[in-house]
Amino acid sequence: MISRLTVLLSLVAWLAAGAASHAAAAPAPSPKVAAALTDLTGDDADKREAAVTVIGQTRDPKWIQFLSALRDGSVYTRARSGKTELVVGGTKATKGDQDVIDIASAYEREPLGTVPLTDLKEVPADRRLRLTIKPFLDADETQAQLADPDPNVRRGAAVKLGNQAVATAAPVVEEALKKESDRWVRHALAEALALIQLANGTPAQRAAAARSLGDLHSESAMPSLQRLAADTAASPAERAAAVMAIRGIERWGLLTRTVETLFQGASLASILLLMALGLAVVFGLMGVINMAHGELMALGAYSTFVVQNWFRAAWPSHFDSYFLVALPVSFLVAAAVGLVLERGVIRFLYGRPLETLLLTWGASLIIQQGLRLWFGAANVDVSSPSWLSGGVPVMVGLTLPYNRVFIIGLATAAVAAMYWLLFRTNAGLRIRAVTQNRAMSSCLGVRAGVVDATTFAFGAGLAGLAGCALTQIGNVGPSLGQNYIVDSFMVVVTGGVGKLAGTILASAGLGGLTKGIEPALGAVFGKVAILVGVILFLQRRPAGLFATRGRNAEA
Amino acid sequence: MAEYSRRDFIKGSLVATAAAGAGLSFPNVLRAQDTVKIGVLHSLSGTMAISEVSLRDTVLMAVEEINAKGGVMGKKITPVVVDPASNWDLFAEKAKQLLLQDKVAVVFGCWTSVSRKSVLPVFESNNGLLFYPVQYEGEECSKNVFYTGATPNQQLIPGAEYLMSKEGGGYKKFYLLGTDYVFPRTANKILRAFLVAKGVPADSIAEEYTPFNHQDYQTIVGKIKRFSQGGSACVLSTINGDSNVPFYKEFANQGLRSENAPIMAYSVAEDELRGMDSSALVGHLAAWNYFQSVETANNKKFVQAFKAYAKKQNLPGGDKRVTDDPMEAAYFGVYIWKQAVEKAKSFDVDPVRKAVYGQTFAAPSGTIKMHEYNQHTYRPVLIGEILKDGQFRIVSRTKGLVEPEPWSKYTSPDKGCDWINHQGTYQKKA
Repeated sequence: MISRLTVLLSLVAWLAAGAASHAAAAPAPSPKVAAALTDLTGDDADKREAAVTVIGQTRDPKWIQFLSALRDGSVYTRARSGKTELVVGGTKATKGDQDVIDIASAYEREPLGTVPLTDLKEVPADRRLRLTIKPFLDADETQAQLADPDPNVRRGAAVKLGNQAVATAAPVVEEALKKESDRWVRHALAEALALIQLANGTPAQRAAAARSLGDLHSESAMPSLQRLAADTAASPAERAAAVMAIRGIERWGLLTRTVETLFQGASLASILLLMALGLAVVFGLMGVINMAHGELMALGAYSTFVVQNWFRAAWPSHFDSYFLVALPVSFLVAAAVGLVLERGVIRFLYGRPLETLLLTWGASLIIQQGLRLWFGAANVDVSSPSWLSGGVPVMVGLTLPYNRVFIIGLATAAVAAMYWLLFRTNAGLRIRAVTQNRAMSSCLGVRAGVVDATTFAFGAGLAGLAGCALTQIGNVGPSLGQNYIVDSFMVVVTGGVGKLAGTILASAGLGGLTKGIEPALGAVFGKVAILVGVILFLQRRPAGLFATRGRNAEA
Repeated sequence: MAEYSRRDFIKGSLVATAAAGAGLSFPNVLRAQDTVKIGVLHSLSGTMAISEVSLRDTVLMAVEEINAKGGVMGKKITPVVVDPASNWDLFAEKAKQLLLQDKVAVVFGCWTSVSRKSVLPVFESNNGLLFYPVQYEGEECSKNVFYTGATPNQQLIPGAEYLMSKEGGGYKKFYLLGTDYVFPRTANKILRAFLVAKGVPADSIAEEYTPFNHQDYQTIVGKIKRFSQGGSACVLSTINGDSNVPFYKEFANQGLRSENAPIMAYSVAEDELRGMDSSALVGHLAAWNYFQSVETANNKKFVQAFKAYAKKQNLPGGDKRVTDDPMEAAYFGVYIWKQAVEKAKSFDVDPVRKAVYGQTFAAPSGTIKMHEYNQHTYRPVLIGEILKDGQFRIVSRTKGLVEPEPWSKYTSPDKGCDWINHQGTYQKKA
């Protein structure tokens, strides 16, 4: 009780002080609001809910902002000279071994400096509280959000207003539409306006709204359009417009779905390609069946994890760029391990595929267990940098995730780099020479041992790179390699051993095919169908898509 | 002094030897009487090790606690830990070894349903006793197993009910998504029957499965996105283990948010969240019977004790380790067994089993109770919301304990499980 009273008093005093210094801008909160704020810091869920309602009903934009902060879990209490004070947290950072946070006052958002996180206590906003907050934010903040500098926020607000379809929002949306310049926000606003008119307008307006929704390819309008089309009370003009719109939207849906499937196929293909590229070099060019390929990927993934932790500890402000450092690091780590593997053992076993198979398998177990001992058996977490989270809208109803776009780019770059290396440099010439005829190239002065070592290290490095990329879409754990090795071999074998073009084509084909049949068959049978398809294909063409022919073909 | 004859010498040495022998063997006899063996049958290697190692740790901690307080009926517990290595056949072999060779009084073990099904005949033919600590699909009623985890009605149904309620957001369309094996398949069968019984139209329910270790959720998330157009759709997920990270990541990246389309997970607990970047999971939900964030005095003690134990034993993770639902179930299972032994005044399976019925224990999640006749456990049901730090904020909790129903009334309304008035599973009269 006493603590409540202090909170109340301090709040009143502080807000009064705030009001005094900004007399024009901020009226002191009514005693009702002050009491609500006190309740908010308590434990009683009912009182907290009532408090939110009280604060929300003020309709004061600043209090609405406060509720928004509360919903995001960034409202804290802090004890200050014996009193409890409500503050809003801003950006967090790590200073030394302490987490610190910028704070600002609850109502005026005046900066109050940076304090250690341990001094603050979060005011929890559970689901129930958030659901209470939601209508207030939707009602007031959504409209306010239409003026937000961030186009994503504006767009989200427009979509929300459209789904609510409240008649009173129409003038606000119209107003915003006049000022808006961003293409996607304009689209969302136009859609919202049409949805509102469809729900509340006169028959003529409804027909026009239905037509414009059709032009906007609005998939979220489908339920209401279908209702209108089936509504016997509606005028024939409206129903005809609705039917037309539905047809248009369905056609557009087919188009987006096709583009989406193509992108998904490309994404899967790029991932398969990245995984298989290193294997194609080692298996295809050197004839070494590298069972440790998956573990080299795992090494790359763990390198990314280590780099991430390193950045988190040393340069938290540059955390987002950790991934750019992790890419070369994971390549180098995996390449170094590959080099040791090749120089240490594999070079004694060239030309004995079964022995190398056993040996690399043993190496894979050792690496796997080593990772398990060092990092623990549980998976580790690798966070995505902010520029790889989320997605970019490219057309109505289609958002492409950044991480997948990035991986497609990375795979393309890796292939380009490899072609350049193999066909445009002296080192590549030597590699191809050793691949075609080891004895003859040795005679001509190519140091086959060095070429072997660099080729293997390069293949291993590519595996590390793939592992680094995979951290952005999957798990990082000691058994990461095992999950991918089968797919990698499948791609290389289907493509034809020794042909890079085959690997590229096979990954594109397998990726596209998988994504093409998955919507119809489901993930489980899709996978089965692909495996069956690969088996049948290899029955017909045992050497894969691109068979090595002529004198280079091994007996 | 008379001389010693050779015979005397032999006699004397014989006595001495006998005495020495007795002296040596005496403590052995004592030790045998002073201890009781229990079996711990959890995978310590292989794919399931991630989950099951924590259960072994919890059982051993409970044993240590009990031993420190004088053991069971004056006997110290000696745990026999074996490693079935995530191999279902090996589970049966190891179970046989525990029962026939080590002659353990009780076994604590198993995680996956397939491992439980694999050891079931061993326990039934040798009249052993198994405490099984994980939520499962139900439809089983063996008198040799005590199920301390949830039955479908103690987890699946309350989770769906919560999302349908006003408090949970009043969702009307349900996407059932799971890994392709027995638990999700049965779980979704029950969930579908429940939703249909509640009047959800069939076209508002979608169902989809993925293989183990599935990584590419593009297509499925795309489908969910279309499914949720126009709002009021949610996902009920029985995706297991590893696949959760790519799923949640893809979900967030394609622009779906927990406010619009929440995911209710039935297989994601604190221990799994340890290895995940949980930022994409924040705000989504999970249904369990226990969370580490439960605020009871017993739970505070339990969490602290486990962290201290992990640190003391130098377990990987040390005092950063977390507790979760199956661990709690494994923990109180040991205590339930201890109480039953003390009530029965015997270590024999049949009297202990009868003594377990109706046994109560002040578990970390609150006082739980063993069912009076169906081998399962009365437990509370909690709904939690995932937080940034991989913990859960409890948003809903059933008023009291929920009675376990091994046979769901939605899929098998005619079946019951009763070992007092019937012989296990029986047909209910219409």
